[in-house]
Amino acid sequence: MTLEAGMCSNGHVSYPTHPLCPECGEPQEETFDLADRTGEVVTWTHSTATPPGVREPNTLAIVEFDVTDIDDASDEFVRALGQVTTDEVETGDTVEPVYVEELRNPDAGIKVPESQDWDGYRWDPV
Amino acid sequence: MGVAVIGASMTKFGQRDAWIRELLSQAGEECLTDAGVAPDDVEHLYVSNMASGEFEGQTGIMNLLAHDLGVLPAYSERVDQTSSSGGAGIYEAWQSVASGASEMTLLVGGEKMTHKTTGQATDIIASITHPDEYKHGVTLPSFAGMTARHYLERFDAPRESLARVAVKNHRNGVDNPKAQFQKEITMEKALESPIIADPLRLYDFCPITDGSAGLMFTTEERAKEITDEYALVSGIGGATDTHVVHERDDPTVMGGVVESSEQAYEMAGLGPDDLDVAELHDMFTILEFLQLEGIGVADQGTAWEMAMDGATAKDGELPINTSGGLKSKGHPLGASGVAQGVEIYEQLVGEAGPRQVEADTALACNVGGFGNCVITTIMEAAE
Ligand SMILES: [Zn+2]
Repeated sequence: MTLEAGMCSNGHVSYPTHPLCPECGEPQEETFDLADRTGEVVTWTHSTATPPGVREPNTLAIVEFDVTDIDDASDEFVRALGQVTTDEVETGDTVEPVYVEELRNPDAGIKVPESQDWDGYRWDPV
Repeated sequence: MGVAVIGASMTKFGQRDAWIRELLSQAGEECLTDAGVAPDDVEHLYVSNMASGEFEGQTGIMNLLAHDLGVLPAYSERVDQTSSSGGAGIYEAWQSVASGASEMTLLVGGEKMTHKTTGQATDIIASITHPDEYKHGVTLPSFAGMTARHYLERFDAPRESLARVAVKNHRNGVDNPKAQFQKEITMEKALESPIIADPLRLYDFCPITDGSAGLMFTTEERAKEITDEYALVSGIGGATDTHVVHERDDPTVMGGVVESSEQAYEMAGLGPDDLDVAELHDMFTILEFLQLEGIGVADQGTAWEMAMDGATAKDGELPINTSGGLKSKGHPLGASGVAQGVEIYEQLVGEAGPRQVEADTALACNVGGFGNCVITTIMEAAE
């Protein structure tokens, strides 16, 4: 499992990946893993009215990863949304991705469980 | 071709016993009556609805409504653009008349939601998100919470400014007999209500609602023959922003609001200073600020000051959500954009009763998803 970001031949980076780059329309032919990096919390919330199969409260954060070290990347950062491992989080915190097999109960919601992945990464404050 | 609105209708919004069929029929019938149009004069029929299949197991609702109203052999279609299905219906209806394809178009929007639990309804709505967002249990309210925190922190806006939006829209809703809530709330009540998505609380969110609304569109020439009281759709625009919310360059800018309002202003030959009244999609209080900034009424990061100054109150310089907004009127997904159109039409033809303000030019902004799709409509009073 990876936290896979995509990159086109012009160095535009996105998470999640797109078949075609949303910036320029070129195919995203390269990918790289954000899972071994740390990111910074841009904003967050404690969500208390959660749907069936989702933990409550569900603390979520948008995190910004610096990608200036990636060869050929023309973007300086890429953002990702994810659950936070704890309810104690603040804007500006440094977090690292931690793998989780099931982020919510796939059988409890409206979606057909087989229609998508349910594993992924939570943000763990460093 | 000039496009006119010649009739409007709205069922009571709230927790209703009626299912989608009855809600749509009621608004459809009342709209035909209000416009003075016979069912077989209708050439195009649009039904705005997000999820009758998911909520109720009823699909093909344009056929159901055509059956119940006797609107045959009209071209009919269901329009889904999530929360902006109603606005998208206005867009389709405008297009049908402007293109010459239809001389008489009926638009009815509706949704039946309250029979589901809050969790189930939240999940149906959350299923519009990208799978990589959905798996984290993200909901539309949680996007609002994250955006509100960023807005307040970045622009140093007071938390009270959001509560003022809720208090204002509840105040306006008192004068709307069709609103789900016709009661005022206090600042204390708003600021002490339970947390739903920190920093947002219960009173920052619209309720879950059943309801339906209708609008009748025709050519300007035909409108003149039929009635003295009509409004013109002088500008309209629609745009799509990123599906994944965190991919936007600036979390406080709704690109779809900016793009669609620019299109609408350009078509109408108007600008933000020309507006007399507007309905904005206050599904969450923070959205009123993002839209005031997106449609160019306020500079980025300053719309909260309008809430604090009372500039958006009914007696302020630009009344926002005289209907009570989604906040107090309720938000039956597919009906909401149509109901916004109903309010600005009634303001322009002088039928808004105790909610009436002086208005020749009005705007409605209907937001789908968390800004994923946006429709902005400008109507003007016929001179
Ligand atoms: Zn590119």
